Amino acid sequence: MSEQKKRPATKMVPVQTHAIVPDRDADKSPILECHHLGIDFGGLTAVNDFNLMIGRTEIAGLIGPNGAGKTTVFNMLTKVYQPTRGVILIDGHDTSKMSTAQVSRMGIARTFQNIRLFKEMSVADNVLVGLHHEMDYRLPSAILRLPDFWRGERIARERALELLSIFDMQDMADAKAGSLPYGAQRRLEIVRALATNPSLLLLDEPAAGMNPSETSDLMDNIVKIRDLFHIAIMLIEHDMNLVMGICEGICVLNFGEVIAKGSPDEIKQNPVVIEAYLGKKDKKEAQ
Amino acid sequence: MKNLKPHTRRNLITFIGLAVVWIVVTVLRGQGVLGRSASGLLVPICCYVVMALSLNLTVGIMGELSLGHAGFMGIGAFTGIIVSQSLMRAVPSVPLRLIAAMLVGAVFAGIFGFLIGIPVLRLRGDYLAIVTLAFGEIIKELITCLLVGVDEHGLHIIFNYKGLKGVEDLHLSETGQVIIKGAQGATGTQPIATFNAGMILIFLTLFIILNVIYSRTGRAIMAIRDNRIAAESVGIEITRHKMIAFVMSAAMAGAAGALYGLNYSNLVAAKFDFNTSILVLVFVVLGGLGNMRGSIIAAVLLYVLPEALRSMHDYRMLIYAVVLIAVMLATNSPIAQSFFARFRFGRKGGDEE
Ligand SMILES: Nc1ncnc2c1ncn2[C@@H]1O[C@H](COP(=O)(O)OP(=O)(O)OP(=O)(O)O)[C@@H](O)[C@H]1O
Ligand SMILES: [Mg+2]
Repeated sequence: MSEQKKRPATKMVPVQTHAIVPDRDADKSPILECHHLGIDFGGLTAVNDFNLMIGRTEIAGLIGPNGAGKTTVFNMLTKVYQPTRGVILIDGHDTSKMSTAQVSRMGIARTFQNIRLFKEMSVADNVLVGLHHEMDYRLPSAILRLPDFWRGERIARERALELLSIFDMQDMADAKAGSLPYGAQRRLEIVRALATNPSLLLLDEPAAGMNPSETSDLMDNIVKIRDLFHIAIMLIEHDMNLVMGICEGICVLNFGEVIAKGSPDEIKQNPVVIEAYLGKKDKKEAQ
Repeated sequence: MKNLKPHTRRNLITFIGLAVVWIVVTVLRGQGVLGRSASGLLVPICCYVVMALSLNLTVGIMGELSLGHAGFMGIGAFTGIIVSQSLMRAVPSVPLRLIAAMLVGAVFAGIFGFLIGIPVLRLRGDYLAIVTLAFGEIIKELITCLLVGVDEHGLHIIFNYKGLKGVEDLHLSETGQVIIKGAQGATGTQPIATFNAGMILIFLTLFIILNVIYSRTGRAIMAIRDNRIAAESVGIEITRHKMIAFVMSAAMAGAAGALYGLNYSNLVAAKFDFNTSILVLVFVVLGGLGNMRGSIIAAVLLYVLPEALRSMHDYRMLIYAVVLIAVMLATNSPIAQSFFARFRFGRKGGDEE
């Protein structure tokens, strides 16, 4: 682990770029590159020939009908699944030999479609697990309660509360994570992911189960997070208002294949996408 | 006390409670109130409390089943006996020898824990239960094959796996002394374990376990228990953290074993069998997974109970079973829980561990 350079702790200093500049990342190397990525489960090809590049501070969307393979892409990016084919480069580094934990330390953090919190632990402790590598005291210091333990814990706890305050959750710090309402659990997953100091945040259906007002708060917060932390965000979402509202680039999957890529306007007008995805939805809504 | 974090207060109360028990028992013994048989139970009780605490680290905190915890106790017991007996002349001081025995017992048990952990802890699923079960049984048989003696030339060890050799084959000199006689176990051990040593070991074990739990390492271990994939996704190394918990758990059982072994002049390896492992597991489950105070209370009560019921002869196990069921109901039923919650000091309820 130690050969990886320690990234400096992100500072929570707001920057003024609220205006979205699509090519502001153009002159910098992409944070994520996927080349011909694919995975088979037995005989089933779940994802095939998936190519993607994400800019340093881009908000990208990954959409597609149920079972298209979106979550599977996230699972490959985080090495929960080992891709059958293709290359993933994080910040130019090949991840083929890395574990999930190593990929996290390279700067990818994620949330889960089916919430995966540490349910028996407190809200603050969930975030503190995310801050694990930000603390540098060793086990003997913890057992003997040496000064560097107290210092590390104090700084981490302050940081945890600061991160929770993004979603105004600092008052719930001592509640048990499993006892939170659904929407708060989803937000806690985002905070926990942010605690790892990522450069790319993957959100798997962050608005699922949220009501319209929660969703609109979430949209503001996703943009706010990008602006505060200067990170790239890729999200999977079925809520088209959210996707079209905040994503700068969108990638559409259908049956494991990319059928379209482009800006929200391009995607909205793409006949293939309308046919595969939006069309069905419109029909459903019309009924 | 009011402005402490809930868990800090809770742990403080546990330590204070232990200290009070220590003082009360010491006073009672000083006045001769405790009979011989009751006094004889003190050291084993301490050992089983440490066993329960250490197993709770594996089962409650790490969340994996271990069915061979007595095996680590056995390793600690016999290495502890060998250390103490062979240092008899070199280190006349009894406390020092006891410390050395417990340390070496802990190190050896920890090494075995590590060796078991290497292949098993990287697997997903309940393999640890199966492997520790086998380990407990195997270690018992291996100790039964040991012939160990000491003389001025040092330790003589024969691994008598064919069962053909005897004590004479150790070729001890005139002044030599046999420490372990195969199936007869350790004989002629000088019993140097004391209640005070037992209490110190409990304090130390509890102190270490609690300080680990409330640290980044402990949170990582519990995070793996609660959700392995999520823990990995925030950069927690699974195998490493499981190994830390498991080796610590084994080493503490080894220290408890050394103390236990040095409490008796004769000890057979069969003592550390599957039944003992299950007994300790019962303490942990009934005391509450992850609940260290519960483990202590359950270990004391459930160890003393069968001894106290000895006069009831045949009904002993029947009553024991009824008590087990009653405790299980009491710790799991919501009504009983809210009833007991009223007696908890300064706690508003609901913030269960
Ligand atoms: N571990 C697995 N083993 C076998 N098949 C799998 C596995 N994981 C995913 N699949 C299959 O891969 C396909 C894509 O699944 P995935 O979960 O990625 O879809 P999705 O786009 O996230 O859908 P949704 O919108 O419903 O979340 C599905 O057909 C699914 O059954
Ligand atoms: Mg999905």
